[in-house]
Amino acid sequence: MLPDLSHDEILRYSRHLLIPEVGLEGQRKLKSASVLVIGTGGLGSPVALYLAAAGVGCVGLVDYDIVEYSNLQRQVIHGMSTLNTLKVESARNRMLDINPDIQVDVYNEPFTSDNAMRIAKDYDVIIDGTDNFPTRYLTNDVCVFLGKPNVYGSIFRFDGQISVFDARHGPCYRCLFPEPPPPGLVPSCAEGGVLGVLPGTIGTLQTTETLKLILGIGQPLIGRLMLYNALDMSFEFVKLRKNPNCKVCGPNPEITSPIDYEAFCGVPGHDHEEGTVGGEWDISARELADRLKNGDSIHLIDVREPHELEISRIEGAQLIPLGQIVARLSELNSAEEIVLFCKSGSRSARALDLLVSAGFRKVKNMKGGINAWAREVDPGLPVY
Amino acid sequence: MPTLRIPTPLRSYTNGQSEVTVKGKTVAEVMNNLTSLYPSLRPHIFNGEGQLRAFVNLYLNEDNIKDLQGVETPLQENDRLMLIPSIAGGRE
Repeated sequence: MLPDLSHDEILRYSRHLLIPEVGLEGQRKLKSASVLVIGTGGLGSPVALYLAAAGVGCVGLVDYDIVEYSNLQRQVIHGMSTLNTLKVESARNRMLDINPDIQVDVYNEPFTSDNAMRIAKDYDVIIDGTDNFPTRYLTNDVCVFLGKPNVYGSIFRFDGQISVFDARHGPCYRCLFPEPPPPGLVPSCAEGGVLGVLPGTIGTLQTTETLKLILGIGQPLIGRLMLYNALDMSFEFVKLRKNPNCKVCGPNPEITSPIDYEAFCGVPGHDHEEGTVGGEWDISARELADRLKNGDSIHLIDVREPHELEISRIEGAQLIPLGQIVARLSELNSAEEIVLFCKSGSRSARALDLLVSAGFRKVKNMKGGINAWAREVDPGLPVY
Repeated sequence: MPTLRIPTPLRSYTNGQSEVTVKGKTVAEVMNNLTSLYPSLRPHIFNGEGQLRAFVNLYLNEDNIKDLQGVETPLQENDRLMLIPSIAGGRE
């Protein structure tokens, strides 16, 4: 039995009720539906706003971050008034301001192998708005195990991808990407950047697919992947097929419950301190500054991209972008002490791995990158 | 000559070019010619044994070459190959 609509709800949703494909019954379906949104950041922002406005009766939000100033360039559900508050609370307040008739459940925790099945099991549709490979594989696998559609969206700079992975009717994410790229090959948005409106485009498309699934109308993106490029303004579609050897959704699955996704993807878990290598390989900005002041001979290498020098730079550092490190090893002397840095320490940590693999031992990573230097040593530099 | 679309994350290895035109009568020939033209692209596409890496999806027009004849898939003059990368961004 679908729930009835009040007179207020009929007025609120009148533009939906006028569409024959939605109508009163469709709106009642939306009211009885539940959708889980993993992540309330770039993609999750427009998704949550439009789910609330559309009258989806129950929306779950999973995130464990707080709203930061640098989020506001694209995470349009948050604002100045919710800076430094929990993202899930910030998002819930905004959604209930748009539509107090819906229910918003918040999960202020990372989505992990331990809690994912429990959190996802009662929702009809799961929307993947995460920002890392471990959580994407986890989201996919949980949807396969529970037999739920996974509305996938992913972004990088000017590129977006979107599909609906529903293993009951088509391929899953692992059919397309059986394994993740090695850590560091694909930069994250925090390192590579993203056009602020891009998650708006992709997130609203994910919401469109979700509403279609709930309403049972149109052609969902099951078995198709859409590729969007904002610079070319191109929308391209490719066919996706079920992989008969898929380890999760194939006929003889090897994986039937959540695994250790950090280990699978070869990346550190949620408790790893970002921008560090660990132990003796790290040096703090303060310590580096003291040693330079003492006149210690240190070869300082900036592994960021050239255009980032316009934002901030450390005097005397040599620029060798991460992508060129291997090709330019001859410019480095392994007998000399080397300190690597980038924006916040992730790229330099990978550069350090590359140098260590090449036999370098007297090499350290500046923890937290030039942003830490700006905070601890030179307040004249901006943090970005 | 067939054209190959390069996704944003790999464009830093192709001098920023989004599409390159490369000689070749099969997917393997095109990919080998491409990585000779841009050697730093090679490790992102092929593994040590010279096979396509598992996370690299190569599409000929609408179809994954895995569903055609793999790297032996023949190519016509006006065919368009597309590399589809794994990207993960979204929440942050």
